[in-house]
Amino acid sequence: MHDEAVVNMADVTVADYAANIRAYLRENMTAFKDVELDDEDNIFERGFFTSLFAMQLLHYVESTFDVEVPDDYIMLRNFSSVRRLADMVADLKRTSGE
Amino acid sequence: MSEVDRSDVIARARSFAETELAPRAAEFDREERLPHDVVRRMADEGFLGASIPAKWGGLGLDPLAYGELTEIIGKACASTRALLTVHTSIVATTLLELASKRLKEKYLTALARGEKIGCFALSEENAGSDAAAVETTYTGKGDTFVLNGRKKWTSFAGIADLFLVIASDNGVTSAFVVERDMPGVETRPMSGFLGNRATHIAEVSFADVEVPAENLIAGIGAGFGFVVNTALLHGRYSIAWAGVALAQAALEEMCSYATRREQFGVKIGTQQLVQKMVADAVTNVAAARELCRRAGRFLAPRNADAAMETNIAKYFSSTIAQRATSDAVQVLGGNGCWSGFPAERLFREAKILEIIEGTSQLQQVMIADFGYKKYARKNQSQ
Repeated sequence: MHDEAVVNMADVTVADYAANIRAYLRENMTAFKDVELDDEDNIFERGFFTSLFAMQLLHYVESTFDVEVPDDYIMLRNFSSVRRLADMVADLKRTSGE
Repeated sequence: MSEVDRSDVIARARSFAETELAPRAAEFDREERLPHDVVRRMADEGFLGASIPAKWGGLGLDPLAYGELTEIIGKACASTRALLTVHTSIVATTLLELASKRLKEKYLTALARGEKIGCFALSEENAGSDAAAVETTYTGKGDTFVLNGRKKWTSFAGIADLFLVIASDNGVTSAFVVERDMPGVETRPMSGFLGNRATHIAEVSFADVEVPAENLIAGIGAGFGFVVNTALLHGRYSIAWAGVALAQAALEEMCSYATRREQFGVKIGTQQLVQKMVADAVTNVAAARELCRRAGRFLAPRNADAAMETNIAKYFSSTIAQRATSDAVQVLGGNGCWSGFPAERLFREAKILEIIEGTSQLQQVMIADFGYKKYARKNQSQ
């Protein structure tokens, strides 16, 4: 019972991160693409963003979630979908003890 | 850095620029080399580590003060300013933001102190604006990466100790710090450029160069999305201030000349068509400087909008620099077309700014895309 409650709390937190990230991505998607964005979509491979957007995403993640992304996390894969971004934020929060 | 220290740095930069750089800028341009004593002095003054924190051997200037320093140096000598752009803004700052602690310890302090000079090896024969198309390759081999390929138009490659190299492994782009002394690295000087003539531009070739794995910057695949974009963000910020510098220099040239030169029995500055050029330059310089300061305020806290604000500043500043320097040539007439006056050199240098660190056309594409996203009304009924 106790363990289940912990898992649920963690899910809520990751879901919150994902919601924030999804909203930010939608706000910044090109104005000419009227498409649905799924949490698993690779935003670069699907052409929603060019890799030019990666640095903006890095700054957004660090300033919005108050985390520092270590250099070994800095690879396009970690920034390529809502899900991966949310998981990375959760991972960094966990590592920093929050 | 305290306000007093910051003022001291700016005052030292102004003195050095006005008394030692400006009088020699034409000579550097003509001889196509930046003398060793100038590079040494830039290092000794701490300017080559101006924007790097004191912890890593730099002066720790914030983006606004660093911008002011860039304008001061750039107004006196474009090639010396280019050393700040390449070495400090692009190479050192990118290592500061993205390199591992081990890599920073290995190179960053030496770069900040100017003990080693860095350059950015990105462009190739077939990879200019399309920077992701680099053909220089890397392959993993034990605890090293092996690099092969050829870079072109690499500013300061002729004198650099360290090369920040962008390479690809079947489309996966990564970035490495390569030392000049590593076997297989060769440079060949290039000359005959329109501007930036004293920036020791060279081709760089890599033939089976073995680079330690720890010299990889950030992760595998971070080369374009992160390293190149970080490098170009800071490079563009520097170029934006370089535009202000050249436009300010051109403004001073045209005002000085127009208030002295007489034709038809009057000073040419009293002619309304000359006044139009002066008025446009005064207005545009002020506007460009404010756009640069605005970008600097976004850069300071690593704001997510910093890149677009910097694109806007770079686009505007380089555009008005071209306009102001062209008008300076026009106001000076025959003297403007002659190397005995600075106007023709400023004109040549300004054109470069519309091309390097992302052409004006690429800036326009990115700014327009930003405009559509920001200003197109949502849920339009028609």
